[in-house]
Amino acid sequence: MRRSNVMKCRRCSAKAEVKLRAHNTAFCRACFVLFFGRQVDRCILKNRMFSHGDRVLVAVSGGKDSLALWHALVSHGYQTTGLHLNLGIGDYSTQSREKTEAFARVHGLPLIVLDLRTLNEDISIPTVAAFTNRRPCAACGRIKRHCFDTAALEHGFTVIATGHNLDDEAARLLGNVLHWQREHLAKQRPVLDPTHPKFVTKVRPLYLVSEYETAAYAFFSGIDYVVDECPHGAGATQLVYKKTLNRLEEEMPGTKHGFVKDFQRAAQPVFAAAESPPAGECSVCGMPSYGSACSFCTLVAEVRAKRERARATS
Amino acid sequence: MLACVVVKAVLLPQKRTLELPGRRRVLDVLAAFKITPGTAIVIRGDALLTDGEFIEPDDEIEIRSVVSGGAPAEQ
Repeated sequence: MRRSNVMKCRRCSAKAEVKLRAHNTAFCRACFVLFFGRQVDRCILKNRMFSHGDRVLVAVSGGKDSLALWHALVSHGYQTTGLHLNLGIGDYSTQSREKTEAFARVHGLPLIVLDLRTLNEDISIPTVAAFTNRRPCAACGRIKRHCFDTAALEHGFTVIATGHNLDDEAARLLGNVLHWQREHLAKQRPVLDPTHPKFVTKVRPLYLVSEYETAAYAFFSGIDYVVDECPHGAGATQLVYKKTLNRLEEEMPGTKHGFVKDFQRAAQPVFAAAESPPAGECSVCGMPSYGSACSFCTLVAEVRAKRERARATS
Repeated sequence: MLACVVVKAVLLPQKRTLELPGRRRVLDVLAAFKITPGTAIVIRGDALLTDGEFIEPDDEIEIRSVVSGGAPAEQ
């Protein structure tokens, strides 16, 4: 009879439930949860992201990464409030909101919910996609950044934390390098200090933690997250980059970790030196802006104009 | 006559199911779904399985993709 290849935990020798090829190790449930929490806390401390005195606004989508991040931050005693955006994407958004609210309720955590369907006469993602020629993912990112910035300013938070993981960072880096997006590379780092008095510090405490690890942590912590993915993201370029990187990772474990970590150490400072912060403020919303109107208000104006044109012709 | 013993696996979020005859290694089941190791967690009951473990006949497992960033293409 063939023997089952049961791996043992590196720390306690119990049966392993998680194998991490990039770290050449394996852990049982309890030791992995400890390992995960230490990785996140070490990242926060090493990169001086924030301290226990900061009020941290955690952007929570209802997916595994953001809920795992929120759970880990709370477990380490940080002061957190969740911010959830209802993107208005049918059942996917309904489920995302319900899971986020349930998590906040179960753990007794404060949560702010914004609904894009009632913001600026409806700037939900399906509406923006219908009235403009923009890719939904690009518009979604722009709307989210604006909502996070304004919510942090309005409610007096000092830090915004997002659940971007190692795979997100590696895929983004690959895309930025393939197209030599110097402006994007200048901003690709785990801590973005405010470049304007109306901005707060933005951090990515999971930037060296793989999405396999966040999924395992969420599972072990009993987090009920949205398993479905955004229907608008189907066929997104980021998924192609992730697939390519996962093939490399299979052949050469640790590739993604090295790619991101070495970029941050050796190359990012060179690009960061050329970063140009927004000089002025938006004439519409008052938030920092490169032009007379910020990119969010430009998008809102475009949707509004096209909506009115559609109404006039119908 | 012996009953046909199979490993039953469901892949999420695609909701694809497979029944594979006999005892199977986790890696073999992932390969049957064309899943790259490390891009999904494999759940049996309330536990996660590592790549080299065997799944016994009559076991039911869930293979949950961990890749975020958009709905996966239909396979």
